[in-house]
Amino acid sequence: MDTFVQQLINGLNVGAIYALIALGYTMVYGILRLINFAHGDVYMVGAFAGFYIALYAGLAVAGPSMLSLTVVLLGAMIIAAVVGMIIERFAYRPVRKYSRMTTLIMAIGVSLLIENIFVAQIGATPRAFPDFLGSQSQPPYHLFGNAAISKAQIVIFLVSIALMLLLQWIVFKTKVGTAMRAVSFNLNSAKLMGINTDAIISLTFAIGSALAAAGGVLTAQYNPNIDPLMGILTGLKAFVAAVLGGIGNIPGAVLGGLLIGAAETFVVGYGQHIGIASTYRDAVAFAILILVLLLRPSGLLGSTVQEKV
Amino acid sequence: MKRTILALLLITTLFASFACERRNGSGTNVSDGSGEIVVGYYGDLTGRTASFGQSTKNGVELAVDEINKAGGVMGRKVRVIVEDDQGEPNKAATVVSKLVNQDKVHAVLGEVASSNSLAAAPKAQEARVPMISPSSTNPNVTQVGDYIFRVCFIDPFQGDVMAKFASKNLKATKAAILYDFNSDYSRGLREFFTRSFKALGGQIVEEKSYTQGDRDFSGQLTAIRSANPDVIYVPGYYGEVGVIANQTKQLGIKAPLLGGDGWDSPQLWQLGGAALNGDYISNHYSVDDPLPAVQKFVADYKQRFQMLPDALAALGYDSMKVLADAIKRAGGTDSAKLRDAIAQTSNFPGITGSITIDKDRNTVKSAVVLKLQDGKFVYDTTIYPEGMTPPATTSAASPAAGAASPASSPATAGPPPSPAKAGASPGSGSNR
Repeated sequence: MDTFVQQLINGLNVGAIYALIALGYTMVYGILRLINFAHGDVYMVGAFAGFYIALYAGLAVAGPSMLSLTVVLLGAMIIAAVVGMIIERFAYRPVRKYSRMTTLIMAIGVSLLIENIFVAQIGATPRAFPDFLGSQSQPPYHLFGNAAISKAQIVIFLVSIALMLLLQWIVFKTKVGTAMRAVSFNLNSAKLMGINTDAIISLTFAIGSALAAAGGVLTAQYNPNIDPLMGILTGLKAFVAAVLGGIGNIPGAVLGGLLIGAAETFVVGYGQHIGIASTYRDAVAFAILILVLLLRPSGLLGSTVQEKV
Repeated sequence: MKRTILALLLITTLFASFACERRNGSGTNVSDGSGEIVVGYYGDLTGRTASFGQSTKNGVELAVDEINKAGGVMGRKVRVIVEDDQGEPNKAATVVSKLVNQDKVHAVLGEVASSNSLAAAPKAQEARVPMISPSSTNPNVTQVGDYIFRVCFIDPFQGDVMAKFASKNLKATKAAILYDFNSDYSRGLREFFTRSFKALGGQIVEEKSYTQGDRDFSGQLTAIRSANPDVIYVPGYYGEVGVIANQTKQLGIKAPLLGGDGWDSPQLWQLGGAALNGDYISNHYSVDDPLPAVQKFVADYKQRFQMLPDALAALGYDSMKVLADAIKRAGGTDSAKLRDAIAQTSNFPGITGSITIDKDRNTVKSAVVLKLQDGKFVYDTTIYPEGMTPPATTSAASPAAGAASPASSPATAGPPPSPAKAGASPGSGSNR
């Protein structure tokens, strides 16, 4: 039992990160019907932004501190938001009027460009993200039996929940959120209603990128190994999470993220009892993707909206 | 007008220099008696295991500088051509092809990771260019062909060392294993550790795998925790191991982690920090070794690269010294003669112990067990292969070693090995 609970905690912990990234995929898709394949790389950029802030502000050597983590987290979110807006402004906006295929290929190009710029500039060598929570020496908090939860896991849960609630509030309770929903409903009508759609799209990219950056910094508190290619697989899995939950649907992205994280961890933990080796962890997410597309293409919470002709 | 002339001049110079280099490159290969000795080095300089490639390269360069400062090998200077394979097997094969076919190197040094050596070795073998791997420990590497050698011990021994240490020194009876599924190195160690540990009466209570680049190991570690092992064997590379150590502590697991030489990197400490305290690894040498030869090497390396040499640097250094010694004995760089000379290497006093190449082109030597404590690898014990007598090894590698002689006249490659012994092995070696 305690092992099961532990695996659940581990899984939800991984899932919370997927959820944060999946939100960015889903928001951009909701507004532009674009799968932003560069989003996983924005997550990586966020982690590196945090790493370099910590390095140059001298926080990396200052030792564990919650304040440092907050500074690094906010700094990384701001930098990633700017990067997201730049990508939108210079890569997606110019081709927005062309077919969706063009934008999709552009997204793949941007993704490869970011990865390779990083590899060329700093090399693919993994970097060690500073440990702000003292995880390296601090024992975890015991729940019952063997089950335990570490400080890093608690912080990941709390911060992701707070960010998701904040997003929900922005989308449903603010004027900007109303505008975002209007753009998502119909871009041209929204424009006719006097909404500055370019600004709203830009803002959507900024918010999505900031959430991904938060995911990058948080995950680095648990897995301190960051490298320029870290966003590829994680980004793809977060994309699957968004599809699983119903792409374009915000609560769906969160649910999808948590489910993928849990599914992955359970395959590692219990897979061998039903003949699946722990090496299949990465295959699981994509098997789920195929199943979803076959059985329920709109995802768990997605609604099948009729395309307006 | 002026600019055009300048441009033309530049282009001409460029072509001229290319042409010269070409002629020089192929020229040295044909006439093996003169000209500089060209050695190819390939390794992971920018990939996930870049610390391995960089350290080894540093070690090779240090050795080359010492050799050249002392007048080269038989008056011929040594030049190293460095290639980066980014830690990917297919790129390793490509760069070695380039080294042997295009650069016409006389010998190749590399790689660290066994998967990369295995991919690249056939290229050296086809071209009949001797290749010495400084630190690939998977047994299959040298079985690629009779031109492939190594100067480190092999995994059956390394796995055996940790199994013995766990069983005898740590009194462990239950072990769990967490290994890298895609790595020949990791799978090899897992196999040999399991075999030895079971033979010593131990039990493997849980076994889980991961793949390089994974970031979350909590699922595997939770399963391992519920099996309640005395020790956890993690024969992986530092990038993942640092994170694994971290997550082990976050799950409240108290059993020590045991590893191999793949852990040896300054980066390990940045990733794992205090979480690594109390873990053990098997390795090729210890910087604490009081032998003067080792201490001189450590001091020289520190002066030049501002850090302590890890085992890979020491092996890189040894591989170059063994090569230089073989060239001297072969009387030149003729590939067949050089191959035979490397195969005859016997009791060569290296930094990582006495190096004797056996009939399988492997090196048999002792391993050290190091304890991880507060950012340092602290010497714990030395474990010898079956049939090797401890004191003999120590004395063979002691003050007589070439590296130990004063800087004014460093011996090019240490004292020549006893010719009597050297004559015994070539037959069996070249028949393979």
